[in-house]
Amino acid sequence: MVLAAVGLLLFLLPLAGLVARAPWDQVGPALVAPETATALGLSLFCSVTATAVALILGIPLALVLARTTGTVRAVLRALTTLPMVLPPVVGGVALFLAFGRRGLVGGPLHNAFGIQITFTTAAAVIAETFVAMPFLVIAVEGGLRALDPRYEEAARALGAGGWKVFARVTLPLLRPAIFSGAVLCWARALGEFGATITFAGNLPGRTQTIPLAVYVALETRPDGAIALSLILLAVSLAILIGLRDRWLGAP
Amino acid sequence: MIRWLATISLLIAAGCGGSHMDTGGNGMPAPSNLTVFAAASLQPAFDKVATQFKTQDNITTTFNYAGTQTLISQLTQGAQADVFASADVAHMTTAQNGGLIAGTPQVFVHNRLEIAVEKGNPRGIHALADLARPGLTIVLADPSVPAGRYAQQALAKAGVTVHPASLEPQVTGVLSKVTLGEADAGIVYVSDIVTSGKVDGIAIPDSQNVIADYPIARLSGAQNKTGADAFIKYVLSSQGQAILAGAGFERA
Repeated sequence: MVLAAVGLLLFLLPLAGLVARAPWDQVGPALVAPETATALGLSLFCSVTATAVALILGIPLALVLARTTGTVRAVLRALTTLPMVLPPVVGGVALFLAFGRRGLVGGPLHNAFGIQITFTTAAAVIAETFVAMPFLVIAVEGGLRALDPRYEEAARALGAGGWKVFARVTLPLLRPAIFSGAVLCWARALGEFGATITFAGNLPGRTQTIPLAVYVALETRPDGAIALSLILLAVSLAILIGLRDRWLGAP
Repeated sequence: MIRWLATISLLIAAGCGGSHMDTGGNGMPAPSNLTVFAAASLQPAFDKVATQFKTQDNITTTFNYAGTQTLISQLTQGAQADVFASADVAHMTTAQNGGLIAGTPQVFVHNRLEIAVEKGNPRGIHALADLARPGLTIVLADPSVPAGRYAQQALAKAGVTVHPASLEPQVTGVLSKVTLGEADAGIVYVSDIVTSGKVDGIAIPDSQNVIADYPIARLSGAQNKTGADAFIKYVLSSQGQAILAGAGFERA
Protein backbone atom coordinates (compact mmCIF):
# COMPACT_ATOMS: atom_id res chain seq x y z
CA MET A 1 0.00 0.00 0.00
CA VAL A 2 2.77 2.39 0.99
CA LEU A 3 4.84 1.22 -1.96
CA ALA A 4 1.88 1.79 -4.24
CA ALA A 5 1.57 5.32 -2.92
CA VAL A 6 5.27 5.95 -3.48
CA GLY A 7 4.94 4.57 -6.99
CA LEU A 8 2.02 6.85 -7.70
CA LEU A 9 3.88 9.84 -6.28
CA LEU A 10 6.82 9.14 -8.54
CA PHE A 11 4.45 9.65 -11.46
CA LEU A 12 2.46 12.46 -10.00
CA LEU A 13 5.13 14.70 -8.46
CA PRO A 14 6.82 15.67 -11.74
CA LEU A 15 3.40 16.36 -13.23
CA ALA A 16 2.49 18.41 -10.17
CA GLY A 17 5.76 20.30 -10.54
CA LEU A 18 4.95 21.04 -14.15
CA VAL A 19 1.51 22.33 -13.23
CA ALA A 20 2.68 24.21 -10.13
CA ARG A 21 5.53 25.99 -11.90
CA ALA A 22 3.52 26.58 -15.05
CA PRO A 23 3.62 30.14 -16.29
CA TRP A 24 -0.13 30.18 -16.90
CA ASP A 25 0.02 33.57 -18.55
CA GLN A 26 2.31 31.98 -21.15
CA VAL A 27 0.10 29.04 -21.97
CA GLY A 28 -2.39 31.15 -23.91
CA PRO A 29 0.23 32.84 -26.11
CA ALA A 30 2.08 29.53 -26.54
CA LEU A 31 -1.15 27.84 -27.61
CA VAL A 32 -1.87 30.38 -30.33
CA ALA A 33 1.74 30.84 -31.44
CA PRO A 34 2.06 29.65 -35.03
CA GLU A 35 5.15 27.56 -34.13
CA THR A 36 3.09 25.63 -31.57
CA ALA A 37 0.34 24.88 -34.05
CA THR A 38 2.96 23.74 -36.58
CA ALA A 39 4.77 21.50 -34.09
CA LEU A 40 1.54 20.12 -32.62
CA GLY A 41 0.08 19.41 -36.06
CA LEU A 42 3.30 17.71 -37.12
CA SER A 43 3.41 15.70 -33.88
CA LEU A 44 -0.16 14.47 -34.38
CA PHE A 45 0.43 13.68 -38.04
CA CYS A 46 3.67 11.78 -37.40
CA SER A 47 2.39 9.84 -34.39
CA VAL A 48 -0.86 8.84 -36.10
CA THR A 49 0.96 7.82 -39.27
CA ALA A 50 3.52 5.88 -37.25
CA THR A 51 0.68 4.08 -35.44
CA ALA A 52 -0.98 3.26 -38.76
CA VAL A 53 2.27 1.85 -40.14
CA ALA A 54 2.77 -0.08 -36.91
CA LEU A 55 -0.72 -1.58 -37.26
CA ILE A 56 -0.13 -2.62 -40.86
CA LEU A 57 3.28 -4.17 -40.13
CA GLY A 58 2.95 -5.01 -36.45
CA ILE A 59 -0.16 -7.20 -36.50
CA PRO A 60 1.33 -9.65 -39.04
CA LEU A 61 4.55 -9.63 -37.04
CA ALA A 62 2.62 -10.43 -33.86
CA LEU A 63 0.84 -13.28 -35.68
CA VAL A 64 4.18 -14.77 -36.69
CA LEU A 65 5.54 -14.32 -33.17
CA ALA A 66 2.51 -15.96 -31.59
CA ARG A 67 2.80 -18.96 -33.91
CA THR A 68 6.47 -19.67 -33.43
CA THR A 69 8.02 -21.52 -30.53
CA GLY A 70 11.42 -22.26 -29.03
CA THR A 71 14.59 -20.58 -30.20
CA VAL A 72 13.02 -18.92 -33.24
CA ARG A 73 10.46 -17.26 -31.04
CA ALA A 74 13.07 -16.18 -28.48
CA VAL A 75 15.23 -14.60 -31.18
CA LEU A 76 12.30 -12.92 -32.97
CA ARG A 77 10.94 -11.63 -29.71
CA ALA A 78 14.31 -10.21 -28.65
CA LEU A 79 14.69 -8.49 -32.03
CA THR A 80 11.19 -7.04 -31.85
CA THR A 81 11.60 -5.66 -28.36
CA LEU A 82 15.13 -4.35 -28.93
CA PRO A 83 13.95 -0.79 -29.75
CA MET A 84 12.21 -0.70 -26.35
CA VAL A 85 15.46 -1.11 -24.45
CA LEU A 86 17.82 0.58 -26.91
CA PRO A 87 18.60 4.21 -26.05
CA PRO A 88 16.58 6.11 -28.67
CA VAL A 89 19.66 8.04 -29.81
CA VAL A 90 21.37 4.75 -30.59
CA GLY A 91 18.23 3.77 -32.46
CA GLY A 92 18.60 6.98 -34.45
CA VAL A 93 22.19 6.16 -35.37
CA ALA A 94 21.13 2.63 -36.35
CA LEU A 95 18.45 4.14 -38.58
CA PHE A 96 21.15 6.29 -40.21
CA LEU A 97 23.17 3.22 -40.99
CA ALA A 98 20.14 1.57 -42.56
CA PHE A 99 18.25 4.39 -44.25
CA GLY A 100 20.83 7.20 -44.46
CA ARG A 101 22.46 8.30 -47.70
CA ARG A 102 25.26 5.82 -47.01
CA GLY A 103 23.01 3.26 -45.38
CA LEU A 104 22.29 -0.32 -46.37
CA VAL A 105 18.96 0.59 -47.96
CA GLY A 106 19.22 4.37 -48.10
CA GLY A 107 22.50 4.26 -50.03
CA PRO A 108 21.21 2.42 -53.12
CA LEU A 109 18.00 4.46 -52.92
CA HIS A 110 19.97 7.70 -52.98
CA ASN A 111 22.32 6.58 -55.73
CA ALA A 112 19.61 5.22 -58.00
CA PHE A 113 16.80 7.72 -57.50
CA GLY A 114 18.38 10.62 -55.65
CA ILE A 115 16.00 10.02 -52.76
CA GLN A 116 17.17 11.18 -49.34
CA ILE A 117 15.08 10.00 -46.41
CA THR A 118 16.95 11.77 -43.61
CA PHE A 119 15.74 15.25 -42.62
CA THR A 120 12.25 14.58 -44.03
CA THR A 121 8.90 14.12 -42.30
CA ALA A 122 9.08 10.51 -43.49
CA ALA A 123 12.25 10.13 -41.44
CA ALA A 124 10.41 11.38 -38.36
CA VAL A 125 7.65 8.83 -39.00
CA ILE A 126 10.20 6.04 -39.48
CA ALA A 127 11.97 6.99 -36.25
CA GLU A 128 8.69 7.02 -34.32
CA THR A 129 7.55 3.72 -35.83
CA PHE A 130 10.89 2.10 -35.00
CA VAL A 131 10.65 3.09 -31.36
CA ALA A 132 6.89 2.64 -30.85
CA MET A 133 5.93 -0.44 -32.85
CA PRO A 134 7.22 -2.97 -30.27
CA PHE A 135 4.52 -1.77 -27.84
CA LEU A 136 1.85 -2.75 -30.35
CA VAL A 137 3.48 -6.05 -31.28
CA ILE A 138 3.84 -7.12 -27.66
CA ALA A 139 0.23 -6.23 -26.84
CA VAL A 140 -1.18 -8.02 -29.89
CA GLU A 141 1.02 -11.06 -29.35
CA GLY A 142 -0.20 -11.25 -25.77
CA GLY A 143 -3.78 -11.07 -27.01
CA LEU A 144 -3.17 -13.82 -29.55
CA ARG A 145 -1.64 -16.12 -26.97
CA ALA A 146 -4.63 -15.57 -24.68
CA LEU A 147 -7.07 -16.45 -27.47
CA ASP A 148 -9.06 -19.62 -27.11
CA PRO A 149 -8.04 -21.59 -30.22
CA ARG A 150 -11.39 -23.38 -30.27
CA TYR A 151 -13.13 -20.41 -31.88
CA GLU A 152 -10.76 -20.53 -34.84
CA GLU A 153 -10.97 -24.33 -34.98
CA ALA A 154 -14.74 -24.17 -34.99
CA ALA A 155 -14.74 -21.64 -37.82
CA ARG A 156 -12.32 -23.81 -39.78
CA ALA A 157 -14.44 -26.92 -39.13
CA LEU A 158 -17.40 -25.03 -40.51
CA GLY A 159 -15.46 -24.53 -43.73
CA ALA A 160 -14.02 -21.04 -43.42
CA GLY A 161 -10.70 -20.41 -45.22
CA GLY A 162 -7.56 -19.04 -43.52
CA TRP A 163 -8.17 -15.40 -44.43
CA LYS A 164 -11.86 -15.59 -43.54
CA VAL A 165 -11.06 -17.08 -40.13
CA PHE A 166 -8.57 -14.29 -39.50
CA ALA A 167 -10.86 -11.48 -40.63
CA ARG A 168 -14.11 -12.76 -39.11
CA VAL A 169 -12.93 -14.56 -35.97
CA THR A 170 -9.37 -13.76 -34.93
CA LEU A 171 -9.36 -10.02 -35.63
CA PRO A 172 -12.65 -9.24 -33.79
CA LEU A 173 -11.47 -11.27 -30.80
CA LEU A 174 -8.19 -9.35 -30.83
CA ARG A 175 -9.83 -5.96 -30.90
CA PRO A 176 -9.12 -5.01 -27.25
CA ALA A 177 -5.47 -6.07 -27.55
CA ILE A 178 -5.04 -4.20 -30.81
CA PHE A 179 -6.57 -1.04 -29.42
CA SER A 180 -4.61 -1.03 -26.21
CA GLY A 181 -1.43 -1.78 -28.18
CA ALA A 182 -2.21 0.96 -30.68
CA VAL A 183 -2.82 3.51 -27.92
CA LEU A 184 0.46 2.64 -26.19
CA CYS A 185 2.26 2.76 -29.52
CA TRP A 186 0.74 6.12 -30.38
CA ALA A 187 1.59 7.60 -26.99
CA ARG A 188 5.18 6.43 -27.29
CA ALA A 189 5.39 7.83 -30.83
CA LEU A 190 3.98 11.18 -29.69
CA GLY A 191 6.66 11.55 -27.03
CA GLU A 192 9.54 10.30 -29.21
CA PHE A 193 12.61 12.51 -29.05
CA GLY A 194 16.02 10.83 -29.28
CA ALA A 195 15.67 8.79 -32.44
CA THR A 196 13.82 11.62 -34.18
CA ILE A 197 16.37 14.34 -33.50
CA THR A 198 19.23 12.01 -34.46
CA PHE A 199 17.76 10.55 -37.61
CA ALA A 200 15.36 13.25 -38.82
CA GLY A 201 17.03 16.38 -37.47
CA ASN A 202 15.22 19.43 -36.18
CA LEU A 203 13.46 21.71 -38.64
CA PRO A 204 10.24 23.55 -37.78
CA GLY A 205 7.38 22.38 -39.97
CA ARG A 206 9.24 19.35 -41.27
CA THR A 207 10.73 17.33 -38.44
CA GLN A 208 10.37 19.49 -35.34
CA THR A 209 7.71 17.66 -33.33
CA ILE A 210 6.54 18.94 -29.94
CA PRO A 211 9.19 17.10 -27.88
CA LEU A 212 11.92 18.64 -30.07
CA ALA A 213 10.31 22.06 -29.87
CA VAL A 214 10.20 21.72 -26.08
CA TYR A 215 13.88 20.80 -25.99
CA VAL A 216 14.93 23.75 -28.12
CA ALA A 217 12.64 26.13 -26.23
CA LEU A 218 13.99 24.91 -22.90
CA GLU A 219 17.34 26.42 -23.83
CA THR A 220 16.10 29.88 -24.69
CA ARG A 221 12.70 30.37 -23.08
CA PRO A 222 12.02 27.81 -20.33
CA ASP A 223 8.57 29.28 -19.67
CA GLY A 224 7.59 28.60 -23.26
CA ALA A 225 8.93 25.06 -22.92
CA ILE A 226 6.78 24.38 -19.85
CA ALA A 227 3.76 25.83 -21.62
CA LEU A 228 4.42 23.58 -24.62
CA SER A 229 4.84 20.56 -22.34
CA LEU A 230 1.51 21.29 -20.70
CA ILE A 231 -0.17 21.47 -24.08
CA LEU A 232 1.30 18.10 -25.07
CA LEU A 233 0.26 16.68 -21.71
CA ALA A 234 -3.30 17.97 -22.06
CA VAL A 235 -3.66 16.65 -25.61
CA SER A 236 -2.28 13.21 -24.67
CA LEU A 237 -4.47 12.96 -21.57
CA ALA A 238 -7.58 14.02 -23.44
CA ILE A 239 -6.99 11.47 -26.17
CA LEU A 240 -6.07 8.66 -23.76
CA ILE A 241 -9.15 9.28 -21.61
CA GLY A 242 -11.36 9.56 -24.66
CA LEU A 243 -10.04 6.31 -26.11
CA ARG A 244 -10.26 4.53 -22.81
CA ASP A 245 -13.95 5.20 -22.41
CA ARG A 246 -14.68 4.30 -25.96
CA TRP A 247 -12.49 1.32 -26.67
CA LEU A 248 -10.80 0.07 -23.59
CA GLY A 249 -13.70 0.09 -21.14
CA ALA A 250 -13.18 -2.06 -18.11
CA PRO A 251 -13.56 -5.72 -19.02
CA MET B 1 60.89 23.07 -3.09
CA ILE B 2 59.11 20.01 -1.76
CA ARG B 3 58.81 21.59 1.65
CA TRP B 4 57.50 24.70 0.06
CA LEU B 5 54.81 22.83 -1.89
CA ALA B 6 53.86 20.90 1.20
CA THR B 7 53.47 24.12 3.13
CA ILE B 8 51.32 25.61 0.38
CA SER B 9 49.17 22.53 0.23
CA LEU B 10 48.77 22.54 3.98
CA LEU B 11 47.70 26.13 3.77
CA ILE B 12 45.28 25.22 1.00
CA ALA B 13 43.92 22.35 3.05
CA ALA B 14 43.54 24.65 6.02
CA GLY B 15 41.89 27.25 3.83
CA CYS B 16 39.40 24.71 2.57
CA GLY B 17 38.63 23.64 6.07
CA GLY B 18 39.21 20.10 4.91
CA SER B 19 39.73 18.06 8.05
CA HIS B 20 40.54 14.76 6.38
CA MET B 21 43.05 16.10 3.89
CA ASP B 22 46.41 14.45 3.83
CA THR B 23 49.40 15.57 1.85
CA GLY B 24 50.79 12.09 2.06
CA GLY B 25 54.24 13.55 2.62
CA ASN B 26 55.11 13.19 -1.07
CA GLY B 27 55.07 16.91 -1.72
CA MET B 28 51.95 16.73 -3.87
CA PRO B 29 49.16 19.10 -3.03
CA ALA B 30 46.29 17.45 -1.20
CA PRO B 31 43.99 15.61 -3.58
CA SER B 32 40.65 17.24 -4.17
CA ASN B 33 37.79 17.12 -6.61
CA LEU B 34 36.55 19.79 -8.93
CA THR B 35 33.40 20.00 -11.03
CA VAL B 36 33.58 22.00 -14.24
CA PHE B 37 30.59 22.86 -16.42
CA ALA B 38 31.96 23.47 -19.89
CA ALA B 39 30.60 24.18 -23.36
CA ALA B 40 30.43 21.01 -25.46
CA SER B 41 33.01 22.33 -27.95
CA LEU B 42 35.65 22.40 -25.21
CA GLN B 43 35.52 18.67 -24.50
CA PRO B 44 38.56 17.41 -26.44
CA ALA B 45 40.78 20.22 -25.18
CA PHE B 46 39.54 20.22 -21.59
CA ASP B 47 39.90 16.45 -21.25
CA LYS B 48 43.61 16.91 -22.00
CA VAL B 49 43.85 19.95 -19.75
CA ALA B 50 42.37 17.90 -16.91
CA THR B 51 44.98 15.15 -17.29
CA GLN B 52 47.85 17.65 -17.08
CA PHE B 53 46.15 19.62 -14.33
CA LYS B 54 45.77 16.44 -12.26
CA THR B 55 49.48 15.72 -12.61
CA GLN B 56 50.42 19.22 -11.59
CA ASP B 57 47.88 20.14 -8.92
CA ASN B 58 46.57 16.72 -7.85
CA ILE B 59 43.00 17.82 -8.45
CA THR B 60 40.59 15.42 -10.12
CA THR B 61 38.28 17.25 -12.48
CA THR B 62 34.82 16.02 -13.39
CA PHE B 63 33.25 17.64 -16.43
CA ASN B 64 29.70 18.24 -17.46
CA TYR B 65 29.86 19.05 -21.17
CA ALA B 66 26.71 20.33 -22.85
CA GLY B 67 25.38 23.18 -24.92
CA THR B 68 26.03 26.42 -23.06
CA GLN B 69 22.27 27.06 -22.62
CA THR B 70 21.73 23.62 -21.14
CA LEU B 71 24.50 24.34 -18.63
CA ILE B 72 22.90 27.66 -17.72
CA SER B 73 19.51 25.99 -17.15
CA GLN B 74 21.14 23.31 -15.02
CA LEU B 75 23.01 25.89 -12.95
CA THR B 76 19.88 28.01 -12.57
CA GLN B 77 18.05 24.91 -11.35
CA GLY B 78 20.67 24.54 -8.63
CA ALA B 79 23.26 22.17 -10.10
CA GLN B 80 26.43 22.19 -7.99
CA ALA B 81 29.65 23.06 -9.81
CA ASP B 82 32.87 24.99 -9.24
CA VAL B 83 33.80 26.40 -12.65
CA PHE B 84 31.78 27.49 -15.65
CA ALA B 85 33.32 27.79 -19.12
CA SER B 86 30.94 29.32 -21.65
CA ALA B 87 31.06 29.35 -25.45
CA ASP B 88 30.02 32.97 -25.56
CA VAL B 89 30.07 36.13 -23.51
CA ALA B 90 26.29 36.57 -23.69
CA HIS B 91 25.59 33.45 -21.67
CA MET B 92 28.30 34.29 -19.17
CA THR B 93 26.56 37.64 -18.68
CA THR B 94 23.25 35.82 -18.19
CA ALA B 95 24.93 33.70 -15.52
CA GLN B 96 26.42 36.80 -13.90
CA ASN B 97 23.06 38.56 -13.85
CA GLY B 98 21.61 35.45 -12.23
CA GLY B 99 24.14 35.74 -9.41
CA LEU B 100 25.80 32.46 -10.39
CA ILE B 101 29.30 33.83 -10.95
CA ALA B 102 31.93 34.82 -8.39
CA GLY B 103 34.52 37.35 -9.53
CA THR B 104 35.17 38.57 -13.04
CA PRO B 105 34.96 36.14 -15.98
CA GLN B 106 38.08 35.98 -18.14
CA VAL B 107 38.16 35.21 -21.85
CA PHE B 108 40.56 32.28 -22.18
CA VAL B 109 40.31 31.33 -25.87
CA HIS B 110 38.78 32.37 -29.15
CA ASN B 111 37.22 30.12 -31.73
CA ARG B 112 36.22 30.91 -35.27
CA LEU B 113 33.80 29.35 -37.68
CA GLU B 114 34.64 27.09 -40.58
CA ILE B 115 32.59 25.15 -43.11
CA ALA B 116 32.72 21.42 -42.44
CA VAL B 117 32.54 19.26 -45.55
CA GLU B 118 33.12 15.62 -46.25
CA LYS B 119 36.72 14.45 -46.61
CA GLY B 120 38.00 15.40 -50.04
CA ASN B 121 35.23 17.99 -50.46
CA PRO B 122 33.33 16.01 -53.12
CA ARG B 123 30.71 18.71 -53.64
CA GLY B 124 33.30 21.41 -54.33
CA ILE B 125 32.31 23.83 -51.58
CA HIS B 126 34.74 26.75 -51.28
CA ALA B 127 32.84 29.60 -49.66
CA LEU B 128 29.70 30.44 -47.71
CA ALA B 129 28.03 31.46 -50.99
CA ASP B 130 28.30 27.84 -52.18
CA LEU B 131 26.00 26.75 -49.34
CA ALA B 132 23.08 28.39 -51.14
CA ARG B 133 23.49 26.12 -54.17
CA PRO B 134 20.39 24.04 -54.82
CA GLY B 135 20.69 20.30 -54.32
CA LEU B 136 22.97 20.55 -51.32
CA THR B 137 21.95 19.30 -47.89
CA ILE B 138 23.10 21.87 -45.34
CA VAL B 139 22.85 21.46 -41.59
CA LEU B 140 23.30 24.33 -39.14
CA ALA B 141 23.18 24.66 -35.39
CA ASP B 142 19.95 26.09 -34.01
CA PRO B 143 20.13 29.87 -33.52
CA SER B 144 19.39 29.30 -29.83
CA VAL B 145 22.93 27.94 -29.36
CA PRO B 146 26.00 30.16 -29.86
CA ALA B 147 27.31 28.20 -32.86
CA GLY B 148 23.96 28.63 -34.59
CA ARG B 149 23.75 32.32 -33.84
CA TYR B 150 27.31 32.87 -35.09
CA ALA B 151 26.55 30.90 -38.25
CA GLN B 152 23.52 33.11 -38.84
CA GLN B 153 25.67 36.23 -38.40
CA ALA B 154 28.35 34.90 -40.74
CA LEU B 155 25.79 34.06 -43.42
CA ALA B 156 24.24 37.51 -43.02
CA LYS B 157 27.68 39.14 -43.41
CA ALA B 158 28.24 37.11 -46.56
CA GLY B 159 24.75 37.99 -47.81
CA VAL B 160 23.90 34.32 -48.27
CA THR B 161 20.50 32.72 -47.68
CA VAL B 162 20.68 29.05 -46.80
CA HIS B 163 17.78 26.64 -46.45
CA PRO B 164 19.06 24.20 -43.85
CA ALA B 165 17.73 20.65 -43.68
CA SER B 166 18.05 20.71 -39.91
CA LEU B 167 18.80 23.10 -37.06
CA GLU B 168 20.72 21.01 -34.56
CA PRO B 169 20.41 21.90 -30.86
CA GLN B 170 24.10 21.03 -30.42
CA VAL B 171 27.02 21.85 -32.67
CA THR B 172 28.15 18.23 -32.35
CA GLY B 173 24.95 17.25 -34.16
CA VAL B 174 26.04 19.33 -37.15
CA LEU B 175 29.45 17.68 -37.17
CA SER B 176 28.11 14.14 -36.87
CA LYS B 177 25.67 14.64 -39.73
CA VAL B 178 28.48 15.81 -42.01
CA THR B 179 30.74 13.00 -40.77
CA LEU B 180 28.06 10.38 -41.47
CA GLY B 181 27.60 11.78 -44.97
CA GLU B 182 23.97 12.78 -44.42
CA ALA B 183 24.71 16.45 -44.88
CA ASP B 184 26.98 17.94 -47.55
CA ALA B 185 28.12 20.80 -45.36
CA GLY B 186 27.61 22.51 -42.04
CA ILE B 187 29.01 25.49 -40.18
CA VAL B 188 30.95 24.59 -37.05
CA TYR B 189 33.91 25.82 -35.01
CA VAL B 190 37.47 25.34 -36.28
CA SER B 191 38.18 23.43 -33.05
CA ASP B 192 35.43 20.92 -33.93
CA ILE B 193 37.05 20.22 -37.28
CA VAL B 194 40.57 19.99 -35.84
CA THR B 195 39.62 17.52 -33.13
CA SER B 196 37.19 15.48 -35.24
CA GLY B 197 39.68 14.78 -38.00
CA LYS B 198 36.86 13.11 -39.95
CA VAL B 199 35.80 16.13 -41.99
CA ASP B 200 37.59 18.77 -44.01
CA GLY B 201 37.38 22.42 -43.08
CA ILE B 202 36.82 25.24 -45.55
CA ALA B 203 38.05 28.55 -44.14
CA ILE B 204 35.69 31.51 -43.94
CA PRO B 205 37.42 34.86 -44.56
CA ASP B 206 37.72 37.24 -41.61
CA SER B 207 35.36 39.71 -43.24
CA GLN B 208 32.55 37.15 -43.01
CA ASN B 209 33.70 35.20 -39.97
CA VAL B 210 32.52 35.54 -36.41
CA ILE B 211 35.07 35.14 -33.64
CA ALA B 212 33.67 33.49 -30.55
CA ASP B 213 35.05 34.50 -27.15
CA TYR B 214 35.06 31.80 -24.47
CA PRO B 215 34.93 33.20 -20.93
CA ILE B 216 35.63 31.16 -17.81
CA ALA B 217 34.78 31.96 -14.19
CA ARG B 218 34.43 30.48 -10.74
CA LEU B 219 30.84 29.87 -9.72
CA SER B 220 29.46 31.55 -6.62
CA GLY B 221 28.27 28.14 -5.38
CA ALA B 222 31.75 26.61 -5.72
CA GLN B 223 32.66 24.17 -2.96
CA ASN B 224 36.27 23.89 -4.06
CA LYS B 225 37.17 27.57 -4.46
CA THR B 226 40.94 26.99 -4.40
CA GLY B 227 40.68 24.21 -6.95
CA ALA B 228 38.47 26.37 -9.15
CA ASP B 229 40.97 29.22 -9.14
CA ALA B 230 43.84 26.81 -9.78
CA PHE B 231 41.99 25.33 -12.76
CA ILE B 232 41.28 28.76 -14.26
CA LYS B 233 44.90 29.73 -13.71
CA TYR B 234 46.07 26.56 -15.43
CA VAL B 235 43.77 27.15 -18.40
CA LEU B 236 45.26 30.64 -18.78
CA SER B 237 48.85 29.43 -18.29
CA SER B 238 51.14 28.80 -21.24
CA GLN B 239 50.76 25.00 -20.83
CA GLY B 240 46.97 25.25 -20.78
CA GLN B 241 46.96 27.62 -23.74
CA ALA B 242 49.22 25.27 -25.70
CA ILE B 243 46.78 22.38 -25.20
CA LEU B 244 43.87 24.55 -26.31
CA ALA B 245 45.81 25.78 -29.35
CA GLY B 246 46.52 22.17 -30.26
CA ALA B 247 42.76 21.56 -30.27
CA GLY B 248 42.16 24.33 -32.78
CA PHE B 249 41.41 27.24 -30.46
CA GLU B 250 43.12 30.61 -30.72
CA ARG B 251 45.02 31.85 -27.71
CA ALA B 252 43.36 34.55 -25.67
